[in-house]
Amino acid sequence: MTQAPKISMTPQLALRTFVAWFFTLLLFFPLGWLILTAFKTELQAISVPPLFVFPPTLENFTEVQERSDYFSYAKNSLITSVLSTVLGLMLAAPAAYSMAFFKSKRTKDILMWMLSTKMMPAVGALVPIYVLAQLSGLLDTRLALIIVFTLSNLPIMVWMLYSHFKDIPSEILEASRMDGATLWQEFRYVLTPLAMGGLASTGLLCLVLSWNEAFWSLNLSAAKAGTLATLIASYSSPEGLFWAKLSAASLMAIAPIVVFGWFSQKQLVQGLTFGAVK
Amino acid sequence: MNRFLPRMLMAPAVVTLFLWMIVPLVMTIYFSLIRYNLMQPEAAGFIGLENFEYFVTDPSFGAAVTNTLLLLGSVILITTLGGIALALLIDEPFPGRGIVRILLISPFFVMPTVNALLWKHMMMNPIYGVLAQVWEFFGATPVDWLTDWPLWSVIVMVSWQWLPFATLIFITALQSMNREQIEASHMDGATYLQQLRYLYIPHLGRSIAVVVMIEMIFLLSVFAEIYTTTGGGPGDASTNVAFLIFKQALLNFDAGVASAGALFAVVLANIAAVFLIRMVGKNLDK
Repeated sequence: MTQAPKISMTPQLALRTFVAWFFTLLLFFPLGWLILTAFKTELQAISVPPLFVFPPTLENFTEVQERSDYFSYAKNSLITSVLSTVLGLMLAAPAAYSMAFFKSKRTKDILMWMLSTKMMPAVGALVPIYVLAQLSGLLDTRLALIIVFTLSNLPIMVWMLYSHFKDIPSEILEASRMDGATLWQEFRYVLTPLAMGGLASTGLLCLVLSWNEAFWSLNLSAAKAGTLATLIASYSSPEGLFWAKLSAASLMAIAPIVVFGWFSQKQLVQGLTFGAVK
Repeated sequence: MNRFLPRMLMAPAVVTLFLWMIVPLVMTIYFSLIRYNLMQPEAAGFIGLENFEYFVTDPSFGAAVTNTLLLLGSVILITTLGGIALALLIDEPFPGRGIVRILLISPFFVMPTVNALLWKHMMMNPIYGVLAQVWEFFGATPVDWLTDWPLWSVIVMVSWQWLPFATLIFITALQSMNREQIEASHMDGATYLQQLRYLYIPHLGRSIAVVVMIEMIFLLSVFAEIYTTTGGGPGDASTNVAFLIFKQALLNFDAGVASAGALFAVVLANIAAVFLIRMVGKNLDK
């Protein structure tokens, strides 16, 4: 980050450091607690007062895998989120390109219309989509989830890509066209390198959204195509104290995407502002 | 290049999105006008606006609308104000700023179902939860959050998830502040409050618009947090419109009434969209 190599500690800075760390740790605490609990035994997990120091155990993780086949859910999550991201980019990129470089009077209206479809709560389409999935035999298949994830992310993807593309000077693209580049060449060798940041942040966001998506996966999938979000939700029904196992399962479900998010946070945030915040 | 090609490039996205919108919409309108119970498929038939009447006169309906708006408004308010405060706090370098940034963003990547269960059990459980033990430590009676304050519990969970997002957007925006201007205002004897009022807040205008817009899109249909924790209860205390429709469709199996509710949600969303487009259109135009 932009940390200066040497900071002289004034009382004011010390206070600010303290306050900043205090609030950060407060906000991070629930997540930190989840991580700690995942390595406790069930008894330690509900001990009063709470335990901060204890001999860690890996038992919970093996038990979660044995009991509910973590890897099959993880595989579903990975496949659905990656494929819906790829599919989404394939649909969104040409549309955003056309909107950014061949603006017409209706471009703005189309963009706003797209955004308004995203405003519609997913639950508004629940009955029809459920019925369609049932009729077509796609209920509880990965294909159904991929289609639904792609479509529900598409408006945001078009928007993000559009706001990145429109910052690229169109003269560069025109020059390549003058030189006889085909559309594909223009797209592949001129636009893509220039818009790499935008493409990356759009893809990243879509990946995170699909991985964490809960509404459609809870309603359209069960044991066969269920993603990690549904696996975790299944832990909510039986009452009883099994927090260590719950924490272990949760940690396994979020770890890949949280770590992934850490590495890509800067990209992601830039993208999410729709280019409105530099 | 002719005019045909750009349209061809736009077509796949526009057509699929249009289908994604229109097919469910037409089906929903149709379902909302017939008697359609998933458990009794034989008892079908045109019943006009009966489903709408049923949904709107359902005592849960008013509560659901209020809860939806309360949830939306509170979370936006909490995350915007909290986000600005946090962003100002960590805007300038201090030891460990990089790590603070990483830790702060983390809750944003936690999936809603995990978020909900984490808070429901480990934080808010009235006996073993961390909050209960903190309360007890200070000699207070622990609160049964999900029973006594169900909607506020959901608001806490959702805010916890979205605060990092708002904070990061504001941090990004603050980085482009004109440092010399702040320096100059300091020289001229401006207090921190004056700097906030006349320099920082105006600079953050656009990013506030972005935060409000994105949160509105995602928060109108909060579902997983309610589904995994309170189940909308107790009573309707934490049922929002999205969850009410879900209850009608998959718990009462009444697809007709659920469809009427869905159309209502569409109207609600469109009102929000018009409001948003006005605001965002103004702010995002260059």
